[in-house]
Amino acid sequence: MTNELIDFALVSVALLGIGIYGLAVKRNFIRMLFAVEIIINAANLSLVAFSRFLPHSGGQTLALFSIAIAAAEVAVGLSLIIVAYRMYQNVDIADFRSLKG
Amino acid sequence: MADAAFLALTVITIGSAIAALELRSLIYGSIALMGTLGGIAGFFFLLDAPFVALFQLAVYVGSIAVLILFTVMLVKRELIFKKIEDKRRKFAGIGLMLVVMVGLGAIFLDSGIKTITTDEPPVDFRDIGTDFVTYYWPALILMGLILAGSVTGALVLAKREDVENDQRTN
Repeated sequence: MTNELIDFALVSVALLGIGIYGLAVKRNFIRMLFAVEIIINAANLSLVAFSRFLPHSGGQTLALFSIAIAAAEVAVGLSLIIVAYRMYQNVDIADFRSLKG
Repeated sequence: MADAAFLALTVITIGSAIAALELRSLIYGSIALMGTLGGIAGFFFLLDAPFVALFQLAVYVGSIAVLILFTVMLVKRELIFKKIEDKRRKFAGIGLMLVVMVGLGAIFLDSGIKTITTDEPPVDFRDIGTDFVTYYWPALILMGLILAGSVTGALVLAKREDVENDQRTN
């Protein structure tokens, strides 16, 4: 195998950085969900990469659990977007102030 | 040293991740997100994990990305093309991204990860199935319950009460 663990780890770090940038800069609810998805995928990539190189099946099992839980998270997140959009007619999180103390 | 397939997948994945966040249109953004998720599935194939790769393609590219695309279509047209961000926050975000990338990258390059190589055969996907039904079976049941609960919760949240009341009065 010509690819090494460090290559996959660095790609994972790059994706994590991009996701953090998206969460910090974007104020659009849907774009923030994109950023969360990118971060979760970076985590899954490093789980599977470590599972290949150690090698142990635990990493792949955990990645499968993570993918399934992320699907649940997206379903709830998108329904929250729909509810918030119906209430405020906007997707800017600065407008969703009613939960603010 | 990485091979050509790895480099191509890296360009596709990282390029479409940036495009997903930076393209003006949310629809093209969600299509670019599909590219990122597909690229990650490609990485899983390179890592000899075809089961996880196909799961990723079925769940992420097949359902989550399509779900996001449909939600974007429900949003008003001018909001799809509107970019909501602040210039100062953008510079701060780029700084934060560079700190994370350089910091974590330096830690990884300096650590023992660099020396880990393997000649052993990849994990057999039958082992994953065995893991699921032996050691992880309570977690598997819990995951099923969480999925059912979250989908029900999402349906309840997204239900329109005003429409239902109108129908009742009619």
